[in-house]
Amino acid sequence: MTTTPTESPEAATPPPGSGPAAKTAKAAKVPRGHRRLLTRRDRLTLGLMAGLPTILHVALVWVTAFASIALAFTTWDGIGFDSIKWVGFDNFKELFTNNPQFWPAVEHNIIWFVALILIPTPLGLFLAVQLDKQIRFSRVYQTAFFLPVVMSLAVIGFVWQLIYNPDTGLINSLIGANEPGHYIDWIGDPDLNLWAILIAASWRHTGYMMILYLAGLKGVDPSLREASALDGANEWQTFKNVIFPTLRPTNTVVLVVTIIEALRAFDLVFVFNKGAEGTELLSILVTNNIIGESSRIGYGSAIAVVLLVISLVVIIPYLISTFRKERRA
Amino acid sequence: MSTTVDTTAATAAPKERTPLRPARVLLHVFLAGMALAWLGPLLWALYAAMRPYGETSEKGYVSWPDKLSFDNFTNAFTQSDMTHYFVNTLIVAVPAVLVTLFLSSMVAFYVSRFDFRVNIFLLLVFTAGNLLPQQVIITPLYRLYLLIDLPGITMSGKLYDSALGLVLIHVAFQSGFCAFVLSNYMRSLPHELTEAALVDGASVWRLYWQIVLPLCKPAMAALGTLLSIWIYNDFFWALVLISTGENMPITSALNNLSGQYFTDPNLVAAGALLTAIPTLVVYFALQRQFVSGLTLGANKG
Repeated sequence: MTTTPTESPEAATPPPGSGPAAKTAKAAKVPRGHRRLLTRRDRLTLGLMAGLPTILHVALVWVTAFASIALAFTTWDGIGFDSIKWVGFDNFKELFTNNPQFWPAVEHNIIWFVALILIPTPLGLFLAVQLDKQIRFSRVYQTAFFLPVVMSLAVIGFVWQLIYNPDTGLINSLIGANEPGHYIDWIGDPDLNLWAILIAASWRHTGYMMILYLAGLKGVDPSLREASALDGANEWQTFKNVIFPTLRPTNTVVLVVTIIEALRAFDLVFVFNKGAEGTELLSILVTNNIIGESSRIGYGSAIAVVLLVISLVVIIPYLISTFRKERRA
Repeated sequence: MSTTVDTTAATAAPKERTPLRPARVLLHVFLAGMALAWLGPLLWALYAAMRPYGETSEKGYVSWPDKLSFDNFTNAFTQSDMTHYFVNTLIVAVPAVLVTLFLSSMVAFYVSRFDFRVNIFLLLVFTAGNLLPQQVIITPLYRLYLLIDLPGITMSGKLYDSALGLVLIHVAFQSGFCAFVLSNYMRSLPHELTEAALVDGASVWRLYWQIVLPLCKPAMAALGTLLSIWIYNDFFWALVLISTGENMPITSALNNLSGQYFTDPNLVAAGALLTAIPTLVVYFALQRQFVSGLTLGANKG
């Protein structure tokens, strides 16, 4: 379960690593690294340089992730190790069949992703394309769109509450719905609150996407554009047939970033209404099982495992493709 | 670095300024409108923060101001002892950023300059770790922090509820991203550079410290900026791993403060804006580093 750096190499190197690595070593006449020049002391230094950070990272991130999996099959009130009891799949059974918050949470995480990919992502791309046209004040516009990305999501939560508050908020004040009895309760109404929060999340996400796409657009070969213009393509045709296809690496990153953001979503919701009715998320359920009154560690871990499995479905293919590309380069 | 976004190039060198066409004007109107809309929530918060509570409760929030002042800002600052929380943040963020950069650059050096068989695997472990949602690891981490006794080292006597605990998890978590980015950066440095030094009998530590690391300054600066803002903005780790309100860094402390001290929304607005100021300052001062840092890992090849 724990792989310390010194013992993992031969035993645990997975196929995506060892295969290409062996190939390049064979292909190149001279080994790329300087291994043959290393003294014993150098090897020791190197071992420590890589080993210490790895131990810290593995111990706090991977050991705990695996411990979550183990705990998901137990019940534990957190008091003493004796009270840990193996219960098999009971936690998952209860989670899937008997928890009124679980399926809404899964649904909301999915909605979160779909909303981010449908609105702020194309908007960010659109803004990036406009800003890429070498127009004046580009920097000013960029800063305005990007400012929310620099701010903490918790702070953004406070800022948007000033807009959504039922009696003092901007929206209700503007539309005259701030009198008792006519409230539109943007934060409390389970049909509205998720969407209200998603608008705040999209506000931030747009700037993030814009920056990623701007970076991608800077990498587009200008001669492609010229050739397209010479062929008589209009702006939309050029974008659709020439520019957008070259943005493929950026699109991959954007997709992965957005999925991960949707799975990590937490701060905004916590600040808004602590994940009360209408805004349940998997991350909120896990957290409530730790810092809430009820200390149901096994149960909370089972939710964490669901989150972990969904994350790995995204992370693993992404890493495989990224690292394969790297090996080829 | 080929992957950095040169945000100035577009504005700094308008080689041929095309005559104003209607389409361009339209574009500017559109972008200006959008930019203003985007700043709207922040401007609204600023407006609310500059008005006294009495006035807004009487006239409503959407109303012409009688008096605008920064009183709410000074009140928020003094009432809640924000200096104290800013110091808490510094105590966590400064060591966390420095140690993360130091440790991840060593890992990056190891995986990018030598062809050990573990390299790819090691890098995968780091990169994947950084992509996990925090909640996946929090339950055991929380228990682990409660278990580890550090009498005399931290105020709480444990890793839990201590600045050290926060520093460690920030370092462990963020070094995944930094190791990935820095290893790509280091791989782009010519191999002859270190090979020659090694032949001349330099130790690997010298290669790292005196040759490779100085060349990585731009990437380190970009990552440092990014890390500072990320760690400053952290809400979740501090919320779960710190129990004493007094020990919280500013971003998570705001959550407590708004319940304890701030009785009116205008004061909350002021507090929230005050909390955001340091990140905005860092961003405006180091804009290029920040943006290039963000796209360093994202845009390769």
